[in-house]
Amino acid sequence: MSTELSSVSLLEMRGIHKRFPGVHALNEVHLALHAGEVLALLGENGAGKSTLIKMLGGAHQPDEGDILIDGSPVTIDSATAAQEAGVAVIYQEFNLVPELTVAENLFLGREKTRFGLVDLSGEKGEAKRWLERIGLGIDPDVKCGQLTVAQQQVVEIVKALAFDARILVMDEPSAVLTDQEVEKLFEVVRDLKESGIGIIYISHRLDEIDAIADRLLVLRDGQYIGEGQVSETDRDTLIEMMVGRSLEEEFPPRDVEKGEEVLRAEGLNRGRAVQDVSFSVRAGEIVGFAGLVGAGRTETMRLIAGADVRESGDIRVRGEEVEVRTPRDAIAAGICLLSEDRKGEGLVLSHSSVDNFGLPNLVRFSRSGWINERAEREEFERYRGEISIKVAGPDQLAGELSGGNQQKVVLAKWLARHADVILFDEPTRGIDVGAKYEIYQLMNRLAAEGKAIVMVSSELPEILGMSDRILVMREGRLVGEIENSPETTQEDVLVLAMEEIATG
Amino acid sequence: MKKFLAEYGMVLVLLALCALFSLLTLKQESATGSAAATRVAVEVEAGVPPGSHVFVVGAAKKPSGEFAGLVASELEKGEVVEVTQVIGTPRDLRQAWDAAKADGKTPEALVVSGDVLKWTILPALAEESADLQLIQPTERMVSDFLKRGNLLAIVDRIVVIAVMAIGMTLVILTGGIDLSVGSLVALSAVIATLVMKMMGGLEAGGGAVWTGFLAATLACGLIGAMAGFLVARFEVAPFITTLAVMLIARGVAFMMTGGFSIYQVPESITWLGRGSTLGIPNTVVVLVVFYAAAHVLMRHTRWGRYIYAVGGNEEAARLSGVPVKQILLFVYFVCGLCAGFGGCIQASQLATGAPNLGVMFELSVIAAVVVGGTSLSGGSGRIMGTLIGAFIISVIQNGMNLLGFDSYLQQVVLGAVILFAVLLDKARQKGTATVKH
Repeated sequence: MSTELSSVSLLEMRGIHKRFPGVHALNEVHLALHAGEVLALLGENGAGKSTLIKMLGGAHQPDEGDILIDGSPVTIDSATAAQEAGVAVIYQEFNLVPELTVAENLFLGREKTRFGLVDLSGEKGEAKRWLERIGLGIDPDVKCGQLTVAQQQVVEIVKALAFDARILVMDEPSAVLTDQEVEKLFEVVRDLKESGIGIIYISHRLDEIDAIADRLLVLRDGQYIGEGQVSETDRDTLIEMMVGRSLEEEFPPRDVEKGEEVLRAEGLNRGRAVQDVSFSVRAGEIVGFAGLVGAGRTETMRLIAGADVRESGDIRVRGEEVEVRTPRDAIAAGICLLSEDRKGEGLVLSHSSVDNFGLPNLVRFSRSGWINERAEREEFERYRGEISIKVAGPDQLAGELSGGNQQKVVLAKWLARHADVILFDEPTRGIDVGAKYEIYQLMNRLAAEGKAIVMVSSELPEILGMSDRILVMREGRLVGEIENSPETTQEDVLVLAMEEIATG
Repeated sequence: MKKFLAEYGMVLVLLALCALFSLLTLKQESATGSAAATRVAVEVEAGVPPGSHVFVVGAAKKPSGEFAGLVASELEKGEVVEVTQVIGTPRDLRQAWDAAKADGKTPEALVVSGDVLKWTILPALAEESADLQLIQPTERMVSDFLKRGNLLAIVDRIVVIAVMAIGMTLVILTGGIDLSVGSLVALSAVIATLVMKMMGGLEAGGGAVWTGFLAATLACGLIGAMAGFLVARFEVAPFITTLAVMLIARGVAFMMTGGFSIYQVPESITWLGRGSTLGIPNTVVVLVVFYAAAHVLMRHTRWGRYIYAVGGNEEAARLSGVPVKQILLFVYFVCGLCAGFGGCIQASQLATGAPNLGVMFELSVIAAVVVGGTSLSGGSGRIMGTLIGAFIISVIQNGMNLLGFDSYLQQVVLGAVILFAVLLDKARQKGTATVKH
């Protein structure tokens, strides 16, 4: 499926190579993008997608190969050069100053001036025109820090367009959005497509690819694997291209006898975020928490894990009430939380994998304060083998690992605690297909060992695929419970999660 | 290789500095002392036939004349040669020479040293007597920097800063800072000497000294713990909290003394800062013991690991069950203790307690920690790095003093060194970031 001969591609990358010390990050990669199309760039974490798009953003330069725009070669060696070439890359971390307004952010670095002073009203007027076109009613006078993540993303897109970008690269734009917000994002993307902008779209969610992309291109281990029309590529083939082997199923099967009740939360309260939440989890059970972003699921988990202090409510483990005021109390009671924010809350990125692994377990690995480093390392090596953590060695920094392996290090550190209750908050966010499957297998294994497992997830297929029971939260309250069965549909859950539908 | 440099780069810098100053302060030094005199005497006895007449010549000025005296007495003891001591001016030498010549005992050899070598009379005498031997002690190249006295001076000058830097390293590893340590040095010295004064002053015994030191150190530890409590419990910024403590402690030190120094202390106060144990200066002992203990704490104990974790990612540490608040309290407590003990050493070295001690010490201490490679953002650094950092600063100061740099220039150089250390740290972080996989 090569480029049509009749038209010159908007963007072409030819024979791209990039080498970092010890790794051939990109090996003879080709990519062509036409005006007015959405090209999905797919691949597992570490496949080379980020490296490739960083070349378009000016953060990396190819060691070999050419980048052509409208058929003529360009050099993109800085963010400014990318702008001049008409390329805008929207990374997962936004480049917005939270203390400045939307309009100020849009014109940051290229302020409109009159007589040497910033022309505020001129900027506002132009910002308004842009925002009316695709801005979903965002007020240009609002500070960016007050916008939702979705709105900030739109501001980023508007910013790119205001620079006359013709090529838009979006790195996992939906990772932080709710389903509703994703739908709005798609409207914006379709709009841009109509106006002849070429879009490279990176996502782990295969459903989205079907919904938005025209063509797809797959990388694996830095190599070009193949490309095709989305409509002509079925999901199994796609997954096989990405992981290099076929996955029989997205979710591993599980058959576990459920035991006695392990965790019971009774009337948990904290402000408006968590209101009178009660539920219980039995040994061997996986309970899925569904709901929109901001429904109070994460906040509920944090109360149980002692990360935040609850205003009222009881927590019982195996029938006995436990005092949970701090994470330390919760850990002592056998409750542990795998936070949704791995990098911010789960790991000390600048420390080694083994140090991270040992942190909650030092009491076990030490006697009267002295750490037995050998025991610590041996145990880490055991888990490293058991759940196949891919690290160069125990001393490799946690920050250098891929998302999936970071999650495994976090998991290992909690497994070593032998906790009874494990709270997974978005356990597979930002993790590639292959590693996701392994995390699911591990969750099943833990359930089989008699642990009580709670999983918060914003991905409905994951909720449906993994849970025994589904609890749905809305605006801080528990609004429904579904005994999961193969017949349960996403609609069943959504009806509960969204108020408009529920009341309407 | 990169890893080696990252871990030990600062050791190499320190060694390079020592080598540089050793070379730069190298100079010729005439032999002095009885050992050299014996050597010269042996040389003479071997070099001339027995029974020869030997002149030992020394200038009237002290070192040369003294040395000549020593050589002469050595030779007299040997009774192998006939010795005439000539100490004075070239004129004295001429008179003695002429007198000997008149007696028919023209000297076969002249032992000369120091300034005598420059006398113009020597070539003249050599012309008169063809086989006259000139014997002079071999001169040695000596580096002022490497002299034992100088090396100990380096330790003496840095010991207070280095002890304080241990506590500061712990605080900085948690991502904090403690500006109060300089004031605590003054407060500690004042408390210690006041206690000694109250317990008998000049006549007080060793017990008073130790009571004073203990009280002062504990008081500073308590103040540190209070600062730590504010930082941990109310999440006040460490910079502000310790800035306030810095002002309060300094003010209290002045109030306690009415602004005067306290001299009424027993002689034995100087044991800690100037004395020695088994021939090893106590300051050296203090450094070794303190740094060894801190190293073990940070590398091999749970609390050490927790300190790193709190600095690396406080929230992740908290969620992993690390008692973050206790850790913060602990590091500020230790920092106070170290500053307090530093103040005791300072009081001991000066045999005085004064409220104006330790001014700006906090900056030297922070500089030592940073030069030693501890990141101000917390979570990474090493105790031994701090020791090396302290020595780098001290060695540079000492070297510049020996070379006669003026003090203004010294400040400029020190500032440059700190910038260099920070840039090196940045480069190192980049280095480890790209060396992954």
